[in-house]
Amino acid sequence: MLRVTLRNLLARKLRLLLSAFAIILGVAFVGGTLVFTDTLAKAFDGIVDGSVPDGYVRPVGSTADDSGGFGTDGRTIPASVVTELEQVTGVARADGTVEGIGLFIVDREGKLVGGRGAPTLAFNYNDAPSMTGEPSVTIPVGTEPEGAGEVVLDERTADAAGYDIGDAVSMVAAGPQPRIEAELVGIAEFGGGGLAGASLVFFDTPTAQGIFLDGEDVFDSIGLTAEPGVSQQQLVDAATAVLPEGVEAVTGDQSAEETEDIVSTALGFLSTFLLIFAAISLVVGTFLIINTFSILVAQRSRELALLRAMGASRRQVTRSVLAEATAVGFVGSTLGLVLGFGLAVGLRALFGYFGLDLSGTPLQFELRTALVCYVVGMTVTVVAAYLPARRASRISPVAAMRDDVALPESSVRRRTLVGAVLAAAGTSLMLVGLFTSVDYTAYLVGGGVLTVLIAVALMSPVLGRPVLRGLGVAYGRVFGTVGVLATQNALRNPRRTAATASALMIGLALVSTMAVLGASINKSIEVAVQEEFTTDYLLSSPTFTNFSTTISDDVRDLDGVDEVSQAQSLPIDIDGTGAFVTAADPDELLAVYELRDTSGSLNVGDGQVALSEDAAQERGVTTGDAVTLTFPSGDQEAEVAGTYETSQVVGNALLPFSTLEAAQVQRQDSTVSVNAAEGVSQSELGAQLDEVVADLPTVTVQNQEDFTDAQRASVNQLLFLIYALLGLAIVIAVLGVVNTLALSVIERTREVGLLRAVGLSRRQLRRMVRLEAVAIAVLGGVLGVAMGLVFGVVLQRSVADDGVTDLAIPVGQLAIVVAVAAVLGVLAAVLPARRAARLNVLRAITTE
Amino acid sequence: MPYVSTEQPALTGGGYAARAVGLTKVYGSGESEVHALAGINMDIASREFTAVMGPSGSGKSTLMHCLAALDTATSGAVLIGDADLALLNDKALTALRRDQVGFVFQSYNLVPTLTAQENILLPLSIAGRKPDQEWYDTVIDTVGLRDRLGHRPNELSGGQQQRVACARALVSRPSIVFADEPTGNLDSTSGAEVLGFLRRSVSEFGQTIVMVTHDPIGAAYTDRVVFLADGRVVDELRQPTAETVLERMASIQTAAIAAADARLGH
Ligand SMILES: Nc1ncnc2c1ncn2[C@@H]1O[C@H](COP(=O)(O)OP(=O)(O)O)[C@@H](O)[C@H]1O
Ligand SMILES: [Mg+2]
Repeated sequence: MLRVTLRNLLARKLRLLLSAFAIILGVAFVGGTLVFTDTLAKAFDGIVDGSVPDGYVRPVGSTADDSGGFGTDGRTIPASVVTELEQVTGVARADGTVEGIGLFIVDREGKLVGGRGAPTLAFNYNDAPSMTGEPSVTIPVGTEPEGAGEVVLDERTADAAGYDIGDAVSMVAAGPQPRIEAELVGIAEFGGGGLAGASLVFFDTPTAQGIFLDGEDVFDSIGLTAEPGVSQQQLVDAATAVLPEGVEAVTGDQSAEETEDIVSTALGFLSTFLLIFAAISLVVGTFLIINTFSILVAQRSRELALLRAMGASRRQVTRSVLAEATAVGFVGSTLGLVLGFGLAVGLRALFGYFGLDLSGTPLQFELRTALVCYVVGMTVTVVAAYLPARRASRISPVAAMRDDVALPESSVRRRTLVGAVLAAAGTSLMLVGLFTSVDYTAYLVGGGVLTVLIAVALMSPVLGRPVLRGLGVAYGRVFGTVGVLATQNALRNPRRTAATASALMIGLALVSTMAVLGASINKSIEVAVQEEFTTDYLLSSPTFTNFSTTISDDVRDLDGVDEVSQAQSLPIDIDGTGAFVTAADPDELLAVYELRDTSGSLNVGDGQVALSEDAAQERGVTTGDAVTLTFPSGDQEAEVAGTYETSQVVGNALLPFSTLEAAQVQRQDSTVSVNAAEGVSQSELGAQLDEVVADLPTVTVQNQEDFTDAQRASVNQLLFLIYALLGLAIVIAVLGVVNTLALSVIERTREVGLLRAVGLSRRQLRRMVRLEAVAIAVLGGVLGVAMGLVFGVVLQRSVADDGVTDLAIPVGQLAIVVAVAAVLGVLAAVLPARRAARLNVLRAITTE
Repeated sequence: MPYVSTEQPALTGGGYAARAVGLTKVYGSGESEVHALAGINMDIASREFTAVMGPSGSGKSTLMHCLAALDTATSGAVLIGDADLALLNDKALTALRRDQVGFVFQSYNLVPTLTAQENILLPLSIAGRKPDQEWYDTVIDTVGLRDRLGHRPNELSGGQQQRVACARALVSRPSIVFADEPTGNLDSTSGAEVLGFLRRSVSEFGQTIVMVTHDPIGAAYTDRVVFLADGRVVDELRQPTAETVLERMASIQTAAIAAADARLGH
């Protein structure tokens, strides 16, 4: 039996490849993701190990995570502590470190280097070694930075910005000096290998202190180097003895581990995100494998019946089909793995384009990646082939003697019934996940969506009939007999057509869901902006970082300006739950924006906070209660002065600036809102503001319209990324259409010959195949858009409370989805149609 | 009017429905070369019912395929009416097949998704032509399928399917119809129905038909029998009866055996 299977496979290499395609692409996605994220992890490990010293002294509780507050933890360590630490036995050297965040290099064209991608990290230069014993940073070209006018950059950054040694480097910072210019005197090399696209900037210590620490002789942290023979723990113990209160020492290992935890959490999100799309591709692939094997089994039914007639048992027949599936899965996984490596190269290039440059790290190929790929690929194939295999075993031996072999098929009615039950189950899963507060929301919703999609796929032979009939009428009208023939072909095997269309439906359903959700988000933004964006102009950062408070001083000096309100936003915990809060001068803020208070007063004074209705409800507090605000520096108690209708402008809570000061948060601005003075036109004010920030690419000036456009652009960017990732699932589905058509053409060879014999021209024949493909694809498109509409509306409802208040149905986009499906159908038909048209009439008509 | 060489006989239809002139067809090459047709000269008169007979492998099907523009000749010429098939491109051949030639296959070759009526009208609807209602009715009544028109092929018996195939070949009023063993898969009653129908189309409607058959009784329905052997025309008989056909077949067989014996050196 096994020999029969293998013969079969080898005799039809092309068919093998076609059916393996679905697996190849899905596995490639999985493999590519794993290789890429392993490479990322490797790169970050190198960075951490190359930069963390033996011991690390820092303000208590400030971890590497303080970038979560945009690096605004303002606590410092006096320089005297460094001198004391140098005296401690076991300490070889102690280096005070200035960790400057919020600084950007401006290139020769006035654009930010790095931008929204990898960060720019500024330090005071020293030659202290990291845990590895090698210096973290060396300056192989040029000299160390000395004095206020000198700076050193890493090579990639200097290249990217177009600066050579001796050039004046422009920089912008979030501190009191917003613009900095310095001569490039050296090129730094990082000891840990690649920098993953991050930019490094070095000043001498006083300069760095001047830019980032208000010129005081203090440090953000201190790096300790142990004497030979002194362990990290001994080093830390010795250092701890001399540390003042509020400062702690941790081992390099611990510090590295903390950083790696943060990195691996972030990488975990990334790889989960990518793997979700890999999973979608695999689900689509599963459909195609079921379909392909069903067709193959149908075409070979006479041969299988013959095997049965010659005494093969049912189980042997099943096994021979499954053996074929295993072989297909193996070949598919292998090719997928290879392709996955290529995909990882592509991902690396893509992320490099967005600033995460991994060219310094070779691609990491772990044994685990190969194992996962083979297990996933082969399991999916064999599981998918199981149904057709079982059906094959039910072929009666007598079928071998008959001319027209019909496979026993489960009745459409039963399938529809099972589908309906599944649809109900999936819908409930989804609704429970979305509208009740249970754990594992994502799993419930994802599982529900998947179940509903499978249910619809099961019911699609029935659901699709009206669509195909309708198309058939149109076809008949427009294309005459050829159209009728194409429709009949599509209707001939309703299951096959429906299964092929369903594969396409999945991808298009998700695209449509995202389209509905995206349109709703955009509309909600628009509505919210219209209602709440009551200021003439808003200054904010396109990189979502803060900028210097001196900008607002410049703005206030302008003639055309009336009200100005500065605000600094940051994430903190309120009563232990994460919140996004805004600090502002309440008088100024309320003069610009109309916050509607629902209780108490929004005029928050020292030690007070105002909460949004939602935030108050979530924490079960009301006006007059006390809440705990948790900053990197520790907890602050605050009294709830009032509550307001949830607003996009302020976020979950409103604080006075004095609270930030108490929490030692560095004062920077996230936004500055400006109203024009009386008699000054909006555009006049705009021109004045533009002038203020002309040389500051970190600050943009936007009116209501600009702001909406910018928001919409970033929503759309994310949408397009998701569309691109779903694209692979759609490509797989299109390959499925190609596959089904190609197999159908082979199956109908004789009929094709006959049609040619009675006068159908090659062109008409190609058109017939094309029309069938378009029918399948449009069916997939229609079902997909319908499902996408349902999912999109349900999702919008479920996040209505989180700001997506308005439902928008992008009719035009959804119509485009169906149109794209039709075009995909035309493309899918190219090869099968050509193949059909090439068939030799005579040979076709005389084939068995 | 194409240029005609004076050294060769003028290739015109000369009033025949179809002609084969020095027609050869070679399959394969070298060792495995098979001369399926080894120089056939044959004229098919209009409004005549011609039978082609011969032992299995003698080239009957190949001849039909070449005459019906389904296959191309290795050398020699085939003319349908006045058209030299060698001069036509694929598009023109398709049009010719569609408009001037009908074909009935041994295995009925109907499109399974179409009803009997749709199958019958298929060549016309492909060509975008309307059927001549009167002729259509005549054909339908002659094949006796009026009550079966809405059925799909799998709901019809073999004889009925073959009658549908015959009707399909006739309904577009082609200038010539080829039938390759149309009764080969049928029992004698169904076969007689089909043959009777073909006979009537020639006698009553002036159709031209060429039919391959193995059956002397079938051949007796025709006006003329052409005998093939080893890709050559070896004999011909007019106004055949079952007896005369059998007689000729026997003598051809004897001659063939004698020839084979001679080759083997007896
Ligand atoms: N496609 C082909 N390739 C090679 N040889 C062929 C092919 N078709 C027919 N032949 C050979 O040509 C000869 C004539 O075949 P055919 O015309 O089918 O004979 P008939 O129909 O009289 O039985 C036979 O020897 C057959 O083997
Ligand atoms: Mg034959």
